[in-house]
Amino acid sequence: MTELALETRGLRKQYGEKVAVEDLTLQVERGEVFGFLGPNGAGKTTSIKMLLSLVAPTAGVGALLGRPLGETAVRRRVGYLPEHFRFHDWLTAAEFLDFHGKLFGMPRARRQAIIPDLLELVGLQARAQTRLREFSKGMTQRIGLAQALMNDPELVFLDEPTSGLDPIGRRLVREIVDGLREQGTAVFINSHLLSEIEQTCDRVGFIRDGRILEVSPMADLERSVLQVGLRVGQPTPELLEALARFGDRVELHRSSGRISLAISGEEVLPRLAAWLVESGHTLYELSPHHLTLEERFLQVIGSQTGDH
Amino acid sequence: MTLLHLALITIREGQKRSIIRLATIMAICFLILFALGLHFLFVQFEQVEFMSAREMELPANGLTLVGLYASNFLLVVMAVLISVASISNEIDTRVIDTIVTKPLHRWEIVVGKWLGFVVMIAGYTLLLAGGVILIAYLRTGLVLHDVPGGLAVMVLSGVTVMTVTLAGGTRLSTLANGVIAFMLYGLAFIGGWVETIGATFRNEVSVNIGIVSSLIIPVEALWKKASLLFQPRILGNPGMGGPFSVALEPSDAMIVYAVVYILAALLYGVWSLSRRDL
Repeated sequence: MTELALETRGLRKQYGEKVAVEDLTLQVERGEVFGFLGPNGAGKTTSIKMLLSLVAPTAGVGALLGRPLGETAVRRRVGYLPEHFRFHDWLTAAEFLDFHGKLFGMPRARRQAIIPDLLELVGLQARAQTRLREFSKGMTQRIGLAQALMNDPELVFLDEPTSGLDPIGRRLVREIVDGLREQGTAVFINSHLLSEIEQTCDRVGFIRDGRILEVSPMADLERSVLQVGLRVGQPTPELLEALARFGDRVELHRSSGRISLAISGEEVLPRLAAWLVESGHTLYELSPHHLTLEERFLQVIGSQTGDH
Repeated sequence: MTLLHLALITIREGQKRSIIRLATIMAICFLILFALGLHFLFVQFEQVEFMSAREMELPANGLTLVGLYASNFLLVVMAVLISVASISNEIDTRVIDTIVTKPLHRWEIVVGKWLGFVVMIAGYTLLLAGGVILIAYLRTGLVLHDVPGGLAVMVLSGVTVMTVTLAGGTRLSTLANGVIAFMLYGLAFIGGWVETIGATFRNEVSVNIGIVSSLIIPVEALWKKASLLFQPRILGNPGMGGPFSVALEPSDAMIVYAVVYILAALLYGVWSLSRRDL
């Protein structure tokens, strides 16, 4: 199947004068795990809400699993774990999943078959008959995740899925997301935990002020930019100017006396080292490392505004 | 099927949150109190030798009417309390997010809840008003004129208030919605009494005020209609019905108006929830 799991063009949401999402233009492939990153108030949750028709877009178009946004029937194939959610807390875990299965239009036999499996998947099999009001935050998050997977979805939206989870719970979420990817389910994750995104996603999109700034495969992010740390005898302004020929974002950190710059790849390193030595600089240190997602996040988000 | 699931979960929520249990306990307390009051008054009446069976009918009717009037009041309060937070609270707590993102239409949420509440109100009317009527019959032998008709109109009265409150919850906070619902009932209550007194003294302005209040929310008019269906001979006669007399009988058109009113309020609730961002 070639159709996309998710596609939007120019999706925009405006509340009076305030623009929550300026332009959401995005494509997510089937079976892909997509991470959506941005600072608080960037428009991440509003974007998800538009995709799930919780909020009506002011402009733009979009489709989930090839069907236009707002179509009811397609939601039979979509799962959603909201951020800051609460459920009918007077239901037991099993009753809660059964109710949501009914809303998905699932027949009784299928509901009865899948509920024990899902409870086991999220580690709550012993809590099937416990009321949700007795659940801890982490357990509530787990049952919410089970609810999002109740219909064996082809596309799942997870808004801060590891919120409130301990390290074991976070690992569980990673394993579930990996399992979903293996079975061809597309996963759209909103998270502040960049390490989680780094470990689970195939591609990431950076959003700020309601506008997508960059969408990159994780592998490209890991490969593309090398951060180099340099320590030389006498870092002069002329040296910093000359280093700009090898890369960008050249910076002298006055406290440590180190210089950092971003280069496009490892092939630049020998040329850089040779030039430093040939030009008479005393080279004490040249240490390359790939940018972490957090560094890249700060780079992209910060560089677009100039205030970060 | 989704409508049925949503109606059933609404009723189950009433059960699980002890709303139904507490309301039932309170209703039983009310009925015990009514039964005791009626019994001891009739013990006294029965000791009066010159009081004929026909003369005993008047206090029996009067007390039953008081019981039914109190039942109607409790019913309206119950109708507001069960529905006031139903949608607004689910929006505030985000419970609604995982429901509206299921393969269903938002109108099904409003109508499903509405159906659940209608069942609860009908059951509560049967318990309260039905209990009053049964107690009166068992103790005094009083047989009311049109019990099914009267009970149906009482249900309609409760459903009117519930529907307005449910629809209000799609836009207003729980508190604001509750205040407006009770204010509307207060307005209908006052309007109804102004109309009754105005009709007694043939004051056209007062009568018109009552009619306008009935158009704003026809709860009091429905009560008058129900009470006339129960006891047409007594209430149609100002001399016999006392403060509960109905000087101006609401026409059958008021029933039609109430049904249209309920449908309009329900449609507004559906429209409002369907149009709003969550």
